[in-house]
Amino acid sequence: MAAAIDTQSAPSGARGFNTELKTFVGMALILAILPPTGLVYPYFIMQALCFALFACAFNLLIGYVGLLSFGHAVFLGTAGYVGGHAARVWGLSPELSILIAVIAAAALGVVIGLIAIRRQGIYFAMTTLALSQMMYFIYLQAPFTHGEDGIQGVPQGKFLGLIDLSKPYGLYYTVLGLFLLAFLLIYRTINSPFGEILKAIRENEPRAISLGYKTDRYKLLAFVLSAALTGLAGGIKVIVAQNASLTDVHWGMSGEVVLMTLVGGLGTIFGPVVGAFVITAMQQYLAGLGQWVQVIQGVIFVACVLAFRRGMVGEIARRFKASL
Amino acid sequence: MFNISTQALFAQLLVGLINGSFYALLSLGLAVIFGLLNIINFAHGALFMMGAFCAYFLLTYAGIGYWGALALSPIIVGAFGIFLERTMLHRLANLDHLYGLLLTFGLALIIQGVFQNFFGSSGLPYAIPPQLTGAQNLGFMFLPNYRAWVVVFSIVVCFATWFAIEKTQLGALLRAATENPALVRAFGINVPRMITLTYGFGVGLAALAGVLAAPINQVRPLMGENLIIVVFAVVVIGGMGSILGSILTGFALGIVEGMTKYFYPEASNTVVFVIMAIVLMVKPNGLFGRAS
Repeated sequence: MAAAIDTQSAPSGARGFNTELKTFVGMALILAILPPTGLVYPYFIMQALCFALFACAFNLLIGYVGLLSFGHAVFLGTAGYVGGHAARVWGLSPELSILIAVIAAAALGVVIGLIAIRRQGIYFAMTTLALSQMMYFIYLQAPFTHGEDGIQGVPQGKFLGLIDLSKPYGLYYTVLGLFLLAFLLIYRTINSPFGEILKAIRENEPRAISLGYKTDRYKLLAFVLSAALTGLAGGIKVIVAQNASLTDVHWGMSGEVVLMTLVGGLGTIFGPVVGAFVITAMQQYLAGLGQWVQVIQGVIFVACVLAFRRGMVGEIARRFKASL
Repeated sequence: MFNISTQALFAQLLVGLINGSFYALLSLGLAVIFGLLNIINFAHGALFMMGAFCAYFLLTYAGIGYWGALALSPIIVGAFGIFLERTMLHRLANLDHLYGLLLTFGLALIIQGVFQNFFGSSGLPYAIPPQLTGAQNLGFMFLPNYRAWVVVFSIVVCFATWFAIEKTQLGALLRAATENPALVRAFGINVPRMITLTYGFGVGLAALAGVLAAPINQVRPLMGENLIIVVFAVVVIGGMGSILGSILTGFALGIVEGMTKYFYPEASNTVVFVIMAIVLMVKPNGLFGRAS
């Protein structure tokens, strides 16, 4: 692929690191003190945090490798089903259920990644979409997913045997902690030598190949990492929502994560988080409008692509010449 | 010697051929559009649905029947496509292909959402035209006239399109513009207008498929929703480099799907995707594709 999608590659160096660190600490603090203030429902924030992690994992591919995976919901949904099944039917503890969910999503990531990275650009997007649709039909028929009903009444249990997740604050701070850890992991990946190679592949894959990098391996590794992190989001989400359903595997969900990332800013570090909160809030407040929500999402899509390709965080970063 | 199961086999074969007709018409449109615009038109399924709704509106509000709709609906929806291209898609010409996919995905959400708001998710009936009701007894199966018409007409349209692109002067210009738009422009050909009309034509093909589908599938806002993803798989399998390739792949996969419904119904929804995965492993550029 010749030119990757418009992204704002984060300048490394002391100044970039400083703003990023401050923003991260600010984000963590706000998220930590929000629930006791009673301004926002903790359930809403937890839901948004799951989507934020999902969007960050997705952004790792589109923003830093230039791969548009249009079927990413399949990893979220798979992790939800596997995690939900592990907790409800096998009676495993929440941390083990989440771990198994992550492993399942990563394993599926290996399979789908191996097939999809054989094509580039637009074909990659269509292939991932088609494979996720295949999994959707499989889950529709598989007995353990309970078809249209989904897996309901997933127990929350005690995290590491210590934190009671059925208590609101126990659940909230566990989710927040896991989110922040995963976020740091993604940040570390992007700024590692591995991340630099990914960016090189995004900018000019033939040149990366000529420098001796086996780009397919790097792309596969990034894909699996993204799938695993999406699996973490799915595993947490099933514990939070206590159910796993077909909605999370449907291509509509894949479209939503693209939208969140696009609104927040492709290839920015904090963009996907902002986008996830904006879109989740919008769905929450406009829920009474029925199908018009879909129309509004479509309009936002069109507007972002035509006039607002940097996204919210991308625009702010450009205005203040900061890396975010 | 022809027992019930042979009849069922041929019935599924026919269903496969019908679906194959839609796959062929839609993937043909996608391939033509991709050739010139470098855009994967995600809105293709929604425009297919608009074609069917257009036929329904023409009948309900203007009293224009099936045959009129078959001619008018592709023109009306095609004009809508031209409007979309002029107002939005052409702005993406110098951007990464992926933005075209995202924009048309947004358009698909808008179109489907609007229709769902007004018509819900259930289907509106659309009658088979009186000339094509009834069925032929072929001895081994009953062949409904309308279904035979859909298959034959689709084949004719597909090959007419192939002929126009591969064998005529206009088609030669189109192929040249696909290969090197700057050079064709230097010869004094209005390439931007060609691009607009090509998009309109591809959209018109989708609308035509929609009219053909209206009496079979009912007119539903979501009738194109899952279809478009199967068509994407068809396009990946065939590769978009060849017009004939898109047509053949479309029909072949429809038939394979029909056969799967007979022999192993549980896999009928997934078989096209499985074939896609196998083809990608063996021949990454698709059966008819060129190296990218």
